[in-house]
Amino acid sequence: MVFLKKKNGAQGRPIGLSFSVFKLIFCLLGGLILAFIAVPIAKMIYASNPAILLESLRDSEITASIALTIYAALIATIIGFILGVPLAYLLAKNSFPGKRLIEGLIDLPLVIPHSAAGIALLFVFGRNYFMGQAFDSVGIRFLDSLAGIVIAMLFVSVPFLIDSAKEGFQKVDPRLEKVARTLGATHWQTFTRISFPLAWRSIMAGNIMMWARGMSEFGAVIIIAYHPMIAPVLVYEKFETYGLNYARPIAVILILISLFVFVLLRFLLYRREKA
Amino acid sequence: MISIRNLFVELGDFTLKNASLDVEDGEYMVVVGPSGAGKTVLLESIAGLFPLKQGEIWLRGKEATYLKPEKRQVSIVYQDHALFPHLSVRENIVFGQKMHKATSEQSQKALSTVVDLFGISALLNRKPDTLSGGERQKVALARALCVSPDVLLLDEPLSSLDPKTREEIESELRHLHQTLGITTLHVTHNFEEAVALGDRIAVIGEGEVKQVGTPEAIFRQPNSEFVARFALSRNIFQGNLEKGQDGTYTFRTSQTVFVVERGMPGANRATVRPEDVMLSSNGHATNAGNAFVGEITSITDRGSMIYIDVDLPPVVTALATRHAFRQVGLNIGMRVNVSFDASSVHVFQEN
Repeated sequence: MVFLKKKNGAQGRPIGLSFSVFKLIFCLLGGLILAFIAVPIAKMIYASNPAILLESLRDSEITASIALTIYAALIATIIGFILGVPLAYLLAKNSFPGKRLIEGLIDLPLVIPHSAAGIALLFVFGRNYFMGQAFDSVGIRFLDSLAGIVIAMLFVSVPFLIDSAKEGFQKVDPRLEKVARTLGATHWQTFTRISFPLAWRSIMAGNIMMWARGMSEFGAVIIIAYHPMIAPVLVYEKFETYGLNYARPIAVILILISLFVFVLLRFLLYRREKA
Repeated sequence: MISIRNLFVELGDFTLKNASLDVEDGEYMVVVGPSGAGKTVLLESIAGLFPLKQGEIWLRGKEATYLKPEKRQVSIVYQDHALFPHLSVRENIVFGQKMHKATSEQSQKALSTVVDLFGISALLNRKPDTLSGGERQKVALARALCVSPDVLLLDEPLSSLDPKTREEIESELRHLHQTLGITTLHVTHNFEEAVALGDRIAVIGEGEVKQVGTPEAIFRQPNSEFVARFALSRNIFQGNLEKGQDGTYTFRTSQTVFVVERGMPGANRATVRPEDVMLSSNGHATNAGNAFVGEITSITDRGSMIYIDVDLPPVVTALATRHAFRQVGLNIGMRVNVSFDASSVHVFQEN
């Protein structure tokens, strides 16, 4: 209604008028894509029968696969946290030749097809290859196993954590860290007392993003581990074997879980912006 | 206490060449220079926060060039105060005590000492973002002093404050130094601040330490055009010094001759502080060593003070208080008497 008000002003008319046409077209286009995203999700949740949903939740095959998905994504996130946060800190606090190359490399999993990523991982972690053999000697195999699911999730979702943590560390004023050093804090203490707590919200947001992204991974996982079956693979199998109606309840449950995580993330990010 | 030897820093388009500076035990040294002269880098070098390519830092008579910052007992207070935003004022102040693994008794004692010193006991439970600029500055100083450092480094401590708070913190700093006698290195771009606080002043610019001396020396006896200009002396003349047969000195420019009290071999510049130039409109001759008549060419109002340019030639700038200016009643185009003592003319050699 802002442009209507402007019409009252002496010079407001032409600007207001062109603005309304502009706005109309942009709102129309924007609305279409919004509906495209919202309608399928809303319809699936709306049209699903609560009784069937509850029944599905009692189906041990479904609950086991959902639990496996959450669990595997959690392990991937923990590994990503332990290995990714130091890297994020290094990238945020230093500049060195080749830094942009490394940053590009980190984001590579976001752009390559995930089925291709799964194949690539097998070339390293497969039983006949270097890392696969090393892990095989301590009893960890990746093909059709939890470990395989975890590395697939880790590969495709860790960029979210590293990027978010890096951004968090970059926002920490270097002078705070410098002051801490002059007050007697070692590099370690400065990290644990100043840098990490101040970047915590971004790191946590990265953790959740990574976890959510890991849970929704399908392409890379199905290449390495069709079994044990994570929920996205189960949706696919139900759909392939029995059809749309059988795939729907578990798909709805997956969407609800994702929505929950998503709201949690938005809440954290909102608090971060306010802080 | 602090000795900076042949410091060489290259950082983007900024360089500091072969800079050396000594700060005595208990001294309040102010490093003054234009913005971008690398004053913060100088402080960070002393604190060990800036890796040196060349040069040495000595503290307490020992080389500290490669000593880690946490081992130096050098506290720094930044212009923006750099308080830890996630910690309360109390936690900010005792941070250093905690890092030094002090007992809670020790840190409580240290806390109450600095809190009393700055009168900030009411702020202890607040978070930094709820404090005013002056309060933040006090908390930052309290935090820096709570670890009983040997050296206090102040990076433009008054620049981000409003005029009233600035005066308050300025007298706080003076009082602090008198009470604690802690060796202090204060950097600023404000010459008046340097004069108000420094036992000695170091002027840096163009990548080097130009002059080190008491405020009086920097004011009266600048050793270069840069320092003279920085100390707000507007009258700098080019020429050469001549010694008369009776032992008196004169400084000859292409347009005029000044009588000089003290000579200096090789001097090719002379400067007279604007506040030492006297103007009168009554036509009486004065007994000052240098007396001229000239025409007023411009008048610049700076509020409480007024600059008056008089063409002798050359153009000499005089500084008058608003009060004096009103009384004499000067206007552009007026012819006035201009005089200054021979002792007011300072000569130096500019390379």
